[in-house]
Amino acid sequence: MPRNEQLKKVLVIGSGPIVIGQAAEFDYAGTQACKSLREEGVEVVLVNSNPATIMTDEDVADRVYIEPLTVPVIQRIIERENPDGILGTLGGQTGLNLTVELEEAGALKDVVVMGTKTESIRKAEDRELFASFMEEIGEPISYGIAVTTIDAAEKAAEEIGYPIVVRPAYTLGGTGGGVANDVDELREIAESGLAASLVGQVLIERSLLGWKEIEYEVMRDSAGNVITVCNMENFDPMGVHTGDSIVVAPSQTLTDKDYQRLRTAALHIIDGLKIEGGCNVQFAYRPGKEVGEQLGEGSRYDDDGPMYYVIEVNPRVSRSSALASKATGYPIARVAAKVALGLHLDEISNVVTGKTRAAFEPALDYCVAKIPRWPFDKFGGGDRSLGTQMKATGEVMAIDRSFEAALMKAIRSLEDGKRSLRWEDPEWRNNGLPDVDLSGDDMRLWKLAFRLRTGSTPEELTLTTGIDLWFTRSLARIVDMERRLRESEYLSADLLWDAKRIGLTDEDIAEFSDLGLAERVREMRRDLGIVPVYKMVDTCAGEFEATTPYFYSTYEEENEAEPIGVDSAIVIGSGPIRIGQGIEFDYCSVHAAWALQSEGIRAVMINSNPETVSTDFDTSDRLYFEPLDDESVRDIIDNEMGNGATKSDTAVPPKIVVQFGGQTAINLSQSLNAAGLQDLILGSDPDVIDNATDRGRFEQLAASNGLPLPPGGTATNTETALALADNLGYPVLVRPSYVLGGRAMEIVDNSSELERYFNRALRAAPGQTILVDRYFQGIEVEVDAVCDGQDVLIPGVMQHIERAGVHSGDSFAVYPAIWLSGDEIETIVDYTRRIGRMLNVRGLMNIQYVITGGGTYRSNATDPGRSDADVDDSETFIIEVNPRSSRTIPFISKVTGIPMIKIATQVMLGKQLRDLEWGTGLMPRKDLVAVKAPVFSMSKLTSVDTFLGPEMKSTGEVMGIDRSYVPAVTKALIASSHSIDRDDNVLLSIADSAKPDAERLVRILGDNGHTIYATSGTASFVKSLGYPVIEVERLLSSNKANVVTVINDGIVQAVVNVPTGGRAAEQDGFYIRRAAVERRIPCFTSIDTARCAVEAVYATNTTANSDGGINVMTLSEYVSG
Amino acid sequence: MTVHEYLEANGIAGISGVDTRAITRRIRSTGVMMGAIVQGDDTAAANTVLKAAQWYGDHDWVEEVATEEEFDWNGDGTTGTRPAEELIIRSQRAGVETEVNDRNRPLRIAVIDFGVKWNILRSMMARNCQVKVFPCDVTASEVRSFNPDGIVLSPGPGDPAVLDGPVETIRDLSDLNGDGAKSIPTLGICLGHQLVARALGADTFMLHFGHRGGNQPVQDVRTGRVYVTAHNHGYAVDPDRLPKRPGVRVTHINLNDNTVEGLADETHNIMTIQFHSEASPGPHDSEMIFDEFVAAVKQHFNSK
Repeated sequence: MPRNEQLKKVLVIGSGPIVIGQAAEFDYAGTQACKSLREEGVEVVLVNSNPATIMTDEDVADRVYIEPLTVPVIQRIIERENPDGILGTLGGQTGLNLTVELEEAGALKDVVVMGTKTESIRKAEDRELFASFMEEIGEPISYGIAVTTIDAAEKAAEEIGYPIVVRPAYTLGGTGGGVANDVDELREIAESGLAASLVGQVLIERSLLGWKEIEYEVMRDSAGNVITVCNMENFDPMGVHTGDSIVVAPSQTLTDKDYQRLRTAALHIIDGLKIEGGCNVQFAYRPGKEVGEQLGEGSRYDDDGPMYYVIEVNPRVSRSSALASKATGYPIARVAAKVALGLHLDEISNVVTGKTRAAFEPALDYCVAKIPRWPFDKFGGGDRSLGTQMKATGEVMAIDRSFEAALMKAIRSLEDGKRSLRWEDPEWRNNGLPDVDLSGDDMRLWKLAFRLRTGSTPEELTLTTGIDLWFTRSLARIVDMERRLRESEYLSADLLWDAKRIGLTDEDIAEFSDLGLAERVREMRRDLGIVPVYKMVDTCAGEFEATTPYFYSTYEEENEAEPIGVDSAIVIGSGPIRIGQGIEFDYCSVHAAWALQSEGIRAVMINSNPETVSTDFDTSDRLYFEPLDDESVRDIIDNEMGNGATKSDTAVPPKIVVQFGGQTAINLSQSLNAAGLQDLILGSDPDVIDNATDRGRFEQLAASNGLPLPPGGTATNTETALALADNLGYPVLVRPSYVLGGRAMEIVDNSSELERYFNRALRAAPGQTILVDRYFQGIEVEVDAVCDGQDVLIPGVMQHIERAGVHSGDSFAVYPAIWLSGDEIETIVDYTRRIGRMLNVRGLMNIQYVITGGGTYRSNATDPGRSDADVDDSETFIIEVNPRSSRTIPFISKVTGIPMIKIATQVMLGKQLRDLEWGTGLMPRKDLVAVKAPVFSMSKLTSVDTFLGPEMKSTGEVMGIDRSYVPAVTKALIASSHSIDRDDNVLLSIADSAKPDAERLVRILGDNGHTIYATSGTASFVKSLGYPVIEVERLLSSNKANVVTVINDGIVQAVVNVPTGGRAAEQDGFYIRRAAVERRIPCFTSIDTARCAVEAVYATNTTANSDGGINVMTLSEYVSG
Repeated sequence: MTVHEYLEANGIAGISGVDTRAITRRIRSTGVMMGAIVQGDDTAAANTVLKAAQWYGDHDWVEEVATEEEFDWNGDGTTGTRPAEELIIRSQRAGVETEVNDRNRPLRIAVIDFGVKWNILRSMMARNCQVKVFPCDVTASEVRSFNPDGIVLSPGPGDPAVLDGPVETIRDLSDLNGDGAKSIPTLGICLGHQLVARALGADTFMLHFGHRGGNQPVQDVRTGRVYVTAHNHGYAVDPDRLPKRPGVRVTHINLNDNTVEGLADETHNIMTIQFHSEASPGPHDSEMIFDEFVAAVKQHFNSK
């Protein structure tokens, strides 16, 4: 069927902020879908609350709404735009749920639900509908039943059949569950589970522990044509969330019969569900008895019963489909969008080959490995065990011609402190070898290698973990290669070749052989011609000629990536999404590629993250899907220079762009410098980075240029630090000198806290230098700028709602800085220009300032625009300078209409700002207010404390935009789930030091009739202000209502819990904060955010429309209006 | 047992450590070619072997792989007979509806073996047909003496152009020189499809490189539906030189290169597929071809 011509204008729903479980993959899918729809002549209206996305660019959609993703807001957009169709299946679970809710609200009477129909969505999503549907079509399912009593648990277990897994819902720390083999065990486990659950509920599930977990990515069109894009196998057997599992594509341990059995079932299911578009089907699969016999006693594969259960069906494009797209080259979202327009698979072209159709199944002549990226480097205290709740913030993917090599590359791609498979926790050997716990956690891969290294057999590990023998034997082959290197007298060419083929890094080889230094291995490789070749991902295993320039490295013979031969530039991407380095940097990388192209320079992208737009096949002129480490980046540069596998005299050396890929790219500039490649780096010299980040050098430079930094110094021992802090006066800000972005940074109030910090820091890394700075409780201001060494261009000044001390990534940021005086703005512009010149920045820089005086919080809705007289004691200090792109670049680019990356790229290529069309200095402010708000994923991370501090904790961001502050911040609060309602009851527990600042908050709450609950000290404070208050016990052991029960019982709907600052004293507050997170109610740990949220509710100058709803406009209407 | 051990035990040469993708790309651009596996870097030795070797297309490979004696399919590759009654009892025990005709006996299928795959025989037996396998050089009258209700022409290796004998047999069995009244319903698979095409008067040609693997999209042009199928052929029916016979039409095409993937001649009760519905390994998407064929056989029988 040709496309449905009725669909002229289509509303696409994005997935909102990045949270654990719903990340950049939906920007990738949404962007591809928008492009695909526009190819067919459709006008695309897009709504997404997340400004850090490519999909919300005006180049990608025709009309872009950056508005909260709620039913009323989208209803308003539908009224305004009158779209013919709505497409929600590309916006993750958010888009899917909204589509169903909109239909239920009657908002889609005149709008066609495109792609999979809501009836099918309900069948896949609603547990009971799903169960009866699957029974009808004869596919076995495994599901859980939620129960609240032991008797109900017993009944559920009868229904499902033993063994049973008992999983408590909403626990602090995930305790209290287990596996029950009979009714007695069940009663015991259910009892403790019910007690551990905050909501008195446990989930009863069939135990499929040790079964394989297999996924199929399938497509179906409206004619009923069905194909499998890819199947994937989890290295980790059932029990670990697939998002937290190591995944390989295609499956490696299934026979053809297994493979076809599951494939046929997957196609059967999507045909039955009448999916129109992409779909993901997950199976638990048990190999037959013959595998069990091979393993011998203790094998789980000896039962009769079904071979598989259907675990889950996602009737939409998912994280796995992003992975499948990158793993195969098959653009699932692009095809799904066209299917949603009514096209059939045979009518859609395969853009990779340009000749064949979308109706085929990709063939892979390589192996793909995905490893999740977990946030435990940030959340050291977090519960690292992996289970059914996904905890990873991002993932990496690697491709090679063997599983071993792909896995080894994926490990390198994690960028986890240069940790290759040879890494061992020193504790493991100290603890006695057999005691290393192999149950699922983020360290399991390394522990397995360790166990193999210390004498365990693959068979033993398989029996313990349920990981397929094929995988444990693969690990054993890698460990065996380590042994060969260690035991050989010298490193022969053959041995080196074998080691590279299996995926060992130069560093690994240097370590295991007698060469010592990675650089010497590299030299040896160069001399022997042992260099990687690059092969193409082409969807068809070489069967047809393909035009997509999507490459991966391997150690084989034929190189398919000939040097480009014309002017090109390599954009170093930002790797996996992690806290502190999110999708914003991918946004920057993508724009850098586009900017290079518009300057006539071929863009070459290197990245390891399958979720992103930057790794889409048509974003750049050439994509290397490779780890972002020294070795692989230098290999790629060699290849492009004609010094690699293909020798070429006519190769044109590529330039290298390191400013846009976050800290990953910046870190690489140091090693490129060391390798003598600094002349290839575009823009600021690597020296600039040193000058900005080396505390001593920066201080000297700043002093000689009259630029003020907060007073401070460095210390390598506790005595010096204490003396220094006494001199500066508490509180002080302490951090190791080698990290940026707030890691291990703390605000310390007194000498004992400082001692504790130093003891811990010096134990972790003896002899390291710690920076100790005076901490100012002022207003934090942030500026992004382009500098050409002479002039600067500042698109706008952003002011944070939270005082300095809360990490900028976790702060609400407001553009323009409406509460700063003209003088203050001028000072900031002046300092910014001087810093740019002083450091000789060419390209981007991000600077954070703190302004003291005039209070920490210049409230608010009612008194913007103070006069200079109010702030005559104001002083501005420079807190941090980063000569690179920043988290706020997408936000500031969008709200000001200034394409920062494009301008920066032009400057890096040698242009002067004054010759460009944008001008210099601070750009005139736009007639709008935009508020960027952080979004957290704390409900996914048990035992992580949620209070805000100098270490970043948020995973994503949203934006509220309107003509004035109150509606803008209201939108930001709604979109980030921080909003307070007029009838909310509020629990307050506020540290003494913050009480003076809390007065205004208490008064607004009290004056407007909110019922206030408070802990004793705070209750006295509320009473002293003359408001009624209900005091609650702080102690959890109390039988009376306590801080946790008022949250769990739903008595309060918002919590303000401001801790004292230091870390140690805050353990009891931890339970308040965790309980609020589990109940998914707002919990404010900064008094500033709380005030902002409450003020927004009662501010008078609201510009909301007459019926109390919020206004919507497109981004360009705001920016140009 | 490792792959190496398996090959060694079965006397099969294997290679490893070569850049297989480079080989694929070479074949893609140069076309299919003869190859030799030699030890070491001795290209001269390889050339000697290659020069001495007969061109693949000139050899009658079918002869080498097909059965020499006819046999009744017993379900496991052993030859022997299984009486029709037993088939019916077995399927009744299994609670399966027996595919019998109105004269209450299983349908009889003659399979002509050009290199048959057991899963074709299994697929027919799973539909409760009585299956007898004939050698490739069987004559039409020998086949007719079995009194088959349907005929399956099996897949097999090599160039269909060298197989003139089977083409004559097919002409007779399908009554191509007559009005079709004496035709026996026939399913041609892969080489069997190409031989039918030749019998109908079409030509075959050698593909630049063959269709291989389990991911080939085939469209049934009558319905527009697309099936993912397994292919393994180096020759194909030339779409530009199809016979101008009434009732003959192309039923399936390959979406990758638009080559002919299936033919039908309703007058002579013929259906053919270039792909492998019996694929094992391979996808099961087109298994219903066997259902369609058995239904057609049954209908034809009952209408007699």
